[in-house]
Amino acid sequence: MGRDDFVISARSIFLNKGNRQKFSLLTLIIVSIIILSLEYFKTGPVNQFRIFAKDVIFKTSYFIALPFSSVKNTYHGFNDYLKIYEENKKLKNTKLNIQELKFENQFLKEENIRLNELIEEKSLFSDNYHVTKILLDQESPYLRSIVINKGFKHDIKLGSAVRSGSYFVGKVVGVNYLTSRVLLINDLNSKIPVIIEPDGTSAMVSGNGSKIFGDIEYLPEKNQVEEGHIVYTSGTDGIISSGIPVGKIIIKNSQKSVRFFTDFDQIKYVKVYFKK
Amino acid sequence: MSLFANRIYSKTITSLPTLILFLVLILDLNINIIYKNYDFIINFSYIIVFFWSLKKPEHLGYGLIFFAGIINDVVQSFPIGISSLDYLSLSVIGAFIRNRIVMYNLIYDWVSFLIAILIVGSVNYIILVTIFRIPIVYESLILGLFVTFLIYPIFFKIFIWIDNMMLVTENDKKNR
Repeated sequence: MGRDDFVISARSIFLNKGNRQKFSLLTLIIVSIIILSLEYFKTGPVNQFRIFAKDVIFKTSYFIALPFSSVKNTYHGFNDYLKIYEENKKLKNTKLNIQELKFENQFLKEENIRLNELIEEKSLFSDNYHVTKILLDQESPYLRSIVINKGFKHDIKLGSAVRSGSYFVGKVVGVNYLTSRVLLINDLNSKIPVIIEPDGTSAMVSGNGSKIFGDIEYLPEKNQVEEGHIVYTSGTDGIISSGIPVGKIIIKNSQKSVRFFTDFDQIKYVKVYFKK
Repeated sequence: MSLFANRIYSKTITSLPTLILFLVLILDLNINIIYKNYDFIINFSYIIVFFWSLKKPEHLGYGLIFFAGIINDVVQSFPIGISSLDYLSLSVIGAFIRNRIVMYNLIYDWVSFLIAILIVGSVNYIILVTIFRIPIVYESLILGLFVTFLIYPIFFKIFIWIDNMMLVTENDKKNR
């Protein structure tokens, strides 16, 4: 290919708008680079505009995805319905004295409050929460996150804990005006300080992309952690409250990991904690 | 079919590439696979953008490709603009091949697609890792690109079928 041919080709590709094209490729590439460089600005009007654009795209995507997500939910609902009979059979055979457990739980809570008062420990954490719908859920190798329907208008702050039922699922990593992004505990970048009971061993749960298991890091060399021990958030980061159940310890080939309590495929609503 | 129904049908058929691209991005249909310790993604959007930029750029406008990239960035929480740059780079390579080649065949397209996604993947990796410090597992990226390359022929056949449907619709329109 001659040099002139190449120049003519390049000019035609980058500058000619072509049939039914409104913009040339060069214009759009330059615009992309400019937009990309605006990522440098984390505050001010550029950030405000970014927050607004994200809110609009999240909400629009949610409405477009609504018919498809309702099909998915119907499928999961149908599967749940099929499991109900079996579950009911199992529950009939399990003797659960819920009332007794409730009283015991209440007693322990009150005792905990009394003891905290004795040692004058101030509660850093909040019991206020919003139950919110999941707008989008993402599963890329780079990011396992969900987008929820609450933002800084609803007092949501960076780092707020997010639960599904009673179980910890992740923390808020991005807040827009009406929506927020939650980094799930199974994301590669997620590191949550935990305590493993009944021995009270401190460790860190880090995500590895798996929906079922997470890695346990920074365990003391001589630890008493055994299969079946329960992992709770420790609250040592001062952001996520302590005592939220995360999962159960399992040991495979002498490697300890945590099996999450939450089924990440089935989450539709979550509780997001906030402080006024 | 009535004239109105005909018009709707023809509009839907000619907008199919755009519709498919936006649905793939909004519904996150890019399949995420975990194999052994590798977690990778099959990027259907790369196939869609490359194929239509190469064959019929008039059916998938550059402006729409740019906008699709912005949506992908917001949904995937990437720095805004990076996917637009990826998709537009694919369009540039597609347009370049279109300019140089008279006859098309699957093998030629397939090899060109491999070169194109390797270039785009490299640019993407360099920008994300060096400028934005986003940790990306290199093996996962390469594995994802390789699997995307492997499934190209399936989409090639589907898109050729869609293209033929478009041609029939356009001919019908002219004959009316």
